[in-house]
Amino acid sequence: MYPAKFTYHAPWSVEEAITLMNENEDSKLIAGGHSLLPTMKMRLATPAHLIDMKNLRSLLSYIHDKGDHIAIGSLTTYHQIESSSLVKQAAAILAQTVSEVGDMQVRNMGTLGGSIAHADPAGDPPAAILASNATMVIQSSGGERTVAASDFFQGFFETAVGAGEILKEIRVPKFSGGSSYQKFKHPASGYAVAGVAVCLTKNGGNIGGVSVSVTGVSDGAYRANGVEAALTGQAFSEALAASAAAHAIDGIDALEDPFADAAYRGQLAKTLAKRAIIAAWNNA
Amino acid sequence: MDITLKVNGQEKKLNVEPRTLLVYALREQCGLKGAHVGCDSSSCGVCTVVLDGKTPVKSCTMFAVQAEGHEITTVEGIGGGANLHPLQKAFHEQHGLQCGYCTPAMIMTSYALLQHNPKPTEDEIRFGLSGNLCRCTGYMNIVKAVKQAAEEMSQTAQAAD
Repeated sequence: MYPAKFTYHAPWSVEEAITLMNENEDSKLIAGGHSLLPTMKMRLATPAHLIDMKNLRSLLSYIHDKGDHIAIGSLTTYHQIESSSLVKQAAAILAQTVSEVGDMQVRNMGTLGGSIAHADPAGDPPAAILASNATMVIQSSGGERTVAASDFFQGFFETAVGAGEILKEIRVPKFSGGSSYQKFKHPASGYAVAGVAVCLTKNGGNIGGVSVSVTGVSDGAYRANGVEAALTGQAFSEALAASAAAHAIDGIDALEDPFADAAYRGQLAKTLAKRAIIAAWNNA
Repeated sequence: MDITLKVNGQEKKLNVEPRTLLVYALREQCGLKGAHVGCDSSSCGVCTVVLDGKTPVKSCTMFAVQAEGHEITTVEGIGGGANLHPLQKAFHEQHGLQCGYCTPAMIMTSYALLQHNPKPTEDEIRFGLSGNLCRCTGYMNIVKAVKQAAEEMSQTAQAAD
C-alpha cells in the first residue's frame, strides 16, 4: 500500500518545523510514524506536506530527572522509556503501559509524543498519561504553554495540540504508590480493545488517593471519576474493587466495532478496572 | 528526491518518491529481496531489518527517507553462500525455515535479540520474536534454531577470549 503523494520536509529545529506548519496548511508532523504511516497507507490521512521530525531527535529524545517529575522528550521511543530505570522506579505506570504497546519492532520506532498527539482511541499511552496526571508542554510561534492531561485528550483523534503547535515534552510526576495497567489486546493488531490504568496510595488498610483511566472504550481515553469516588478513602477489599469497577463506563457510550460490541467492551472495562485496582493495591 | 542509504555497509544512492517505503527501496532499488512484504500494516514483521546494528524495525512502516543517516542491515548483510551466519546455519539445521517466507525477518529480529541478550531463555526468545509471525507452521523449530545459534555464538565468543 502506498500513501498518497506529499511534499517532504525535514527541519532541523522546532522553530523551523513550526514555520513549515504555519506556511503549509495541510501538513502533518511525523515522528516514529507507527500511528500516522498506517493511517496514510489506508489513505485515511492524506497530508499535502509531511514534516519529518527525524532531525529533531537529538533535541527531543531524552528522559530527565527533574526532582518532583520526570521530563520526557516527545520523540523518546517506547523502548527507551520501558528500559529506563528512572521511569520504572518513579513512573511505573508509564513504563508498564508502554511495554504493552505493539511488539519490539514497534516499540523501537513508536514515540510517546507521537502516540498521544495522534490520540488513537485504542492507544495504550493515553491511559498512563491520564492516570499519572502528566503535563504536556506545547510550543507554537507564540511560545510555550502547558496543558494538564485532563484537558489534553479531546475526543476522537483530537487533542489540545492545535494548528502550528508541536508537543515538545511530557512531564510525569514521580509517584511511589501502587499502579497497574490491565489491557485486553486485539489479537491481531495488539491495540487495546479496552485498557485500564490505576495509580493509588495506601493509607493503612484504606485507599488514599486514586486515579483511574480507561482507553479503548470511548472516542478518547478518559478518567473514570465514578470509580475513583467509590474507592477514595475506603477500606480496601476485593469486593470494594469489584463494586467500584462497576462504574468504569458511567456516562460513556462504549465504542462498537466488528470485534467487540458495546456491551462486551463495557464488560471488559469493568473487569479490567477491577483487576487493575487489585494489582495496584498489591504493589502499593 | 535523491537520498543515500547505507545498506549492509555499502552506500546506495537512490532516487525515490518521498512516499517510497523503505521495504520497497530495499527490494526494488537495491535488489535486496530478503525483506518481504506480508501484512503491510506493521503486524506480521516479515519486513524486519536492523537499524544501526542493533535495532530491529519494520521496513514497511518507515519511509526510505526516514532511514537516511542510519545503517541498515538486511539478511543479505550478515552472511550467505559458504559463509552462513550462525543464525542462518541454525535455521537450516533445525528446519526453522519451514516455508521460508518469515525466515529473513525471524533471523534479523533474532540477530538483534542476541546482541542485547546473548543467552536468552526460551521465554525470552518467544517474547523477543513476538513481533514476527509464522503463518505456515509454528515456532518450535524457529525457537530451537535461535537457541542453537545463541549457543554456537557464545562458544565462539568464549574461544575468542
